[in-house]
Amino acid sequence: MVNMSGAEALVKALEKEGVKHIFGIPGGATLPIYDVLYDSDIRHILVRHEQAAAHAADGYARVSGRPGVCFATSGPGATNLVTGITNAYMDSVPIVAFTGQVPTSWIGKDAFQEADIVGITTPITKHNFQVQKASDIPRTVKMAFYIATSGRPGPVLVDLPKDIQIDHAEMEFDDEISLRGYKPTYEPHPIQVRRAAELLANAEKPMIIAGGGVIASNASEELIRLSEKILAPVATTLMGKGAIPEDHPLALGQLGMHGTLAANKLILEADVLLCVGMRFSDRTTGDPKKFCPDAKIIHVDIDSSEIDKNIKCYLPIVGDAKLTLHAINEALNVVLKEKRTEWMRKVKEFKAQWESSVKEGFTPPYLMKVLREILPKDAIVATEVGQNQMWAALYFKSYLPRTFVSSGGLGTMGFGFPAAIGAKVARPDRIVVDIAGDGSFMMNYPNLACAVSENIPVIIIVLNNSVLGMVAQWQRLFYGRRYSQVHLGGVPDFVKLAEAHGAQGLRAETVEEFRKAVKQAIESDVVTVIDVPISPEENVFPMIPAGKSYEDMIVEGS
Amino acid sequence: MERQTHIISALVEHKPGVLYSVSNMFRRRAFNIESITVGPAEQKDIARMTIVVNADERILEQVVKQLNKLIDVIKVSVLDPAASVVREMVLVKIHTPNSNVRSDVINYVNVFRGRVVDIAPDSLIVEITGDPDKINAFIDLVRNFGIKELARTGVTALSRGLKSVRI
Repeated sequence: MVNMSGAEALVKALEKEGVKHIFGIPGGATLPIYDVLYDSDIRHILVRHEQAAAHAADGYARVSGRPGVCFATSGPGATNLVTGITNAYMDSVPIVAFTGQVPTSWIGKDAFQEADIVGITTPITKHNFQVQKASDIPRTVKMAFYIATSGRPGPVLVDLPKDIQIDHAEMEFDDEISLRGYKPTYEPHPIQVRRAAELLANAEKPMIIAGGGVIASNASEELIRLSEKILAPVATTLMGKGAIPEDHPLALGQLGMHGTLAANKLILEADVLLCVGMRFSDRTTGDPKKFCPDAKIIHVDIDSSEIDKNIKCYLPIVGDAKLTLHAINEALNVVLKEKRTEWMRKVKEFKAQWESSVKEGFTPPYLMKVLREILPKDAIVATEVGQNQMWAALYFKSYLPRTFVSSGGLGTMGFGFPAAIGAKVARPDRIVVDIAGDGSFMMNYPNLACAVSENIPVIIIVLNNSVLGMVAQWQRLFYGRRYSQVHLGGVPDFVKLAEAHGAQGLRAETVEEFRKAVKQAIESDVVTVIDVPISPEENVFPMIPAGKSYEDMIVEGS
Repeated sequence: MERQTHIISALVEHKPGVLYSVSNMFRRRAFNIESITVGPAEQKDIARMTIVVNADERILEQVVKQLNKLIDVIKVSVLDPAASVVREMVLVKIHTPNSNVRSDVINYVNVFRGRVVDIAPDSLIVEITGDPDKINAFIDLVRNFGIKELARTGVTALSRGLKSVRI
């Protein structure tokens, strides 16, 4: 037992959790905490809007596997976190958000900068707390980190009234906690595992779909081993990108609304689908009634509520992706009787067809290929949301898990840049690139000031078509080219914008200039914005229109 | 799939905010609550929620799983109606302008094994306990007299005999 203030207990508890970085902005209701942080070794990164704090914590967690931490003051500080917290919730990312709150005696009185952030974040957090007395702080922090990082990860918010931060109390820092209402299932049921192994061994055309759970549980090795063992091609969801190196002969790339030709064609033929750590979002399934009606679906997820939520499966397995894939591998000691030659021929054929679809030219797909050639294998790519994101997902190959950072479930424009800042803080040894659109980058670009002043050298590639590209694409395809409120007017000048923030600004109008600019950005190792003017008429294909099924895929030129 | 009424018994942490997180989950997932009752359970710090939902089997399964997912929810069971005691209480203030009506009402109350708990010059308050069907039947019966006010508690329930929802 040690006597200290609530704020001191908070910082000590964070240090005990191994927290090295915090993203945030101080305010009236967090002054006591920031006073203690002044003397701490924890590095605080001062973002320019709290939304960026949450996204940076999110990017930090995705690339490092460690929980990201963000701070905001009460009221507007806290509510500005909401989009970022929702984003982490939708993509199951472990972040812990701390918010200041008005003093307990003022709660409920509509005090200055009071917002019911616990009420607001209940549906968008895995769990949240409002600390009622200073001595509860150490245990609450412990629980928050435990809940955020265990089972299916997710965001946790801890609301700290100002008087609690100031109060002194005898603090007890326990190492053990147990929550009677929370016991995640990690070990898969052995009978289910054996049935899965049998189904896969006897399948003619097995296929694996790997989701974010494979990344979260670090199960890539087990995934690759299984796919090679049973000769099953692997498609990934947006969240699963990087689970298998995309130059692997069995890797099909992304599946779904904007899936690769290979993934979207082969899934129509598969007879057994092993779906691991994924949740059958509408972007993956299309019309759920028409999603692979003839295939037997094995669904592996650590969250039992995902089983049969959107798609009824043939065989459910509740468990950790890594442990489950390992167990299936172990159970599959049979040698495959035939080598699935016909199936492998098809995989090869569709992959080749897809690979050859990218033609040389100053187009986003080709620029993604060029970027891939320049960047080292372990470079981290974050994306914004919209066309830029889908071009990156489709054409920029990821070779390693935790190197592709994208807002999947929430589809948050403005996510990529702050997420890239968080990623670079977590992995300063890596090159970090944000593939952006002009519309998305505009939503959070003021954090250029943060990246420059904190010396976090990320590279932002703005695929600048002067329109809200994905909305324009839908208006072009489904609304008779009636372009309503998508034109962005060709402003700002992103080179000047970068320079105004003390960053390097470059422009690339040819493939050669693009190559040169990226290399210059890498070599100079400063925050760099590369403005890449592209045609506003570009579409992302293939595409399955919303609510349609895999049979209805539109490909380029069709 | 056919929708029917199910009774869920959940043990939860007895602390502020838990009812909110449960009802919030129902709203967010677009599940309907027919009734919900909460009170302290047999063990200290634990409350029992009895939630009645009208749902098909698939939605019921989701409701149970989503409830289980909440950190402050400790245990969730769907009660078997045939092996459970299910009770609800209603207080009804009935318009009784004259002694004829009053004696009719009192007769009904006796048949339903209820009690008259308040008498005023032109009204009675009646308390009836039973399963929801019995309460509905009573309300239908006295509706013609004129119901001035009505308050139902919502259903509470326990499994019979050896079968228990405990931690």
